Amino acid sequence: MNSTVTLTPNFFSGAGRQTSLLRLLRNKFLTGLCIFLSLLTLIPLLSIIILLLQKGMPLLGPNLFTQLPPAPGQDGGGFGNAVVGTLAMVGISLIFSVPLGIFAAVYVNEYAPVSNLASAVRFVAKLLTGIPSIICGVFAFAAIVMTTHKFSALAGGIALSILILPTILLTAEQALMGVPYAYREASFGVGATPFQTIWRIVLPEASPAMMTGIMLAVARASGETAPVLFTALFSYNWIHSLMEPTASLSVLIFNFAALPYSHHVAMAWTASLVLVTLVTVTNVAAQVIFRPKHQ
Amino acid sequence: MIPTYNTPPLPLTNDFVPGESNFIQVKDFNFYYGKKQALHGITLEIPSRQVTAFIGPSGCGKSTLLRNFNRMNELIPGVRHEGDITIHGTSIYDPSVEIIALRRRIGMVFQKSNPFPMSIYENIVYPLRIAGQKDRSVLDETVERCLRSAALWEEAKDRLHDSALGLSGGQMQRLCIARAVASRPEILLMDEPCSALDPIATAKVEELIVELKKDFTIVIVTHNMQQASRVSELTAFFYLGNLVEFDDTKKIFTNPSQKQTEEYITGRFG
Repeated sequence: MNSTVTLTPNFFSGAGRQTSLLRLLRNKFLTGLCIFLSLLTLIPLLSIIILLLQKGMPLLGPNLFTQLPPAPGQDGGGFGNAVVGTLAMVGISLIFSVPLGIFAAVYVNEYAPVSNLASAVRFVAKLLTGIPSIICGVFAFAAIVMTTHKFSALAGGIALSILILPTILLTAEQALMGVPYAYREASFGVGATPFQTIWRIVLPEASPAMMTGIMLAVARASGETAPVLFTALFSYNWIHSLMEPTASLSVLIFNFAALPYSHHVAMAWTASLVLVTLVTVTNVAAQVIFRPKHQ
Repeated sequence: MIPTYNTPPLPLTNDFVPGESNFIQVKDFNFYYGKKQALHGITLEIPSRQVTAFIGPSGCGKSTLLRNFNRMNELIPGVRHEGDITIHGTSIYDPSVEIIALRRRIGMVFQKSNPFPMSIYENIVYPLRIAGQKDRSVLDETVERCLRSAALWEEAKDRLHDSALGLSGGQMQRLCIARAVASRPEILLMDEPCSALDPIATAKVEELIVELKKDFTIVIVTHNMQQASRVSELTAFFYLGNLVEFDDTKKIFTNPSQKQTEEYITGRFG
């Protein structure tokens, strides 16, 4: 039967129906341009990662996480105290900012979306997102360091919590807004109180998006130098209490990169690699763990 | 028996007389969204254990009135009402009436099915869980009873712990009906329950409505006049926030006394 098949003119092959060559080329060109520009945006990110791997890999090893930084001029050692310090200060900042941010978002979005207080909170939060991070440091310096007369992890943590509070509040509000009104209606319809509706329906549904916001905040907090620079200062020792000068990865990078010793500069590179890895891992982990269950 | 329920202040009981003519009474009811008046002096009486249909063109106030029976409208800021609605002789606006208890006694089914993003099982027991019921056997029994009364048991019994969002549109709406009857309400409010369903799913839900009126007083808002004539005993026709006519469904559809009603049901407007 194959031999008898004849090509009949079809809808697309009719005379005068061909797309003009110019139009076809223009389409191809613009598509290509879009792909090219998209790839271009990857270049800065990829080059940072490649550079960090290149410069940071040589010193990478388990000792880095268990040992203390070497004194200027010496070799060896690690930055275990800075990793712990960063985790401690990010932890402190979350303890303050997550409950505050989420409760404020719940109030603003669920209880009184059209009240003056809600608009004021929203307005201030938006203003605060644009605040330079060094101002958070200055504030915590004045409020905590000056009153306790100590540079401390607590001061650093509070500076970071001020920095990330607006991010957490605003992303939490967005997350709550993303929960369909029909769920609330259904819950109220069977006689649930506002609290039950929020606790059992709205928050579980909003939590993946909230977690994303919190993780963004963690990423930002762990990388920020300015807020901890003159609140937690730096330390060559392990952290013993929250009320003493504390090392952090970001300040370690800042300090060591400026030292005239090649070993310290190399450690700064490795610390940068560790910091970026830390942030990436928390981000990916959060997305995997807090994926919406019912899809 | 669901003994953990708070006793509602409304004297609603399961031993009221079927067909009792003034089960729900609406008296000179005006309702406003902000400055806009949505209902004008509505007065009507809805009998128990029958199906009453509210019909009328969009924006005529039928859904607004329905949503006042369980005070759902009060979730919208800036609303107010005048007049009164009584259920079984007690005003739903009486200060002693707990809005929570009221809503537990009045099930509601919405236009768009809105199951929670949880399992089928958890959807149905939600009204019990929020009332503090923890007894596993009561919960299990409720799930079966409600799924059976929503004609969903056979389809869902093997997947009770699967997500409710995996059901078809018609199944989801029947699940919402099952959830609405879980707290053993006396009244079932349905706000265009079939408008998002295909004809087969619609037929199933309509069958279900006829079945459910043995146990519940049903008020249904519908845009579908055939539906109103198929499932309801009484029909109220609303137009521009006024109750134009309220009578036996048969009379409304064969011999309406108002010209507006006749024009609407014959399709001349609306």
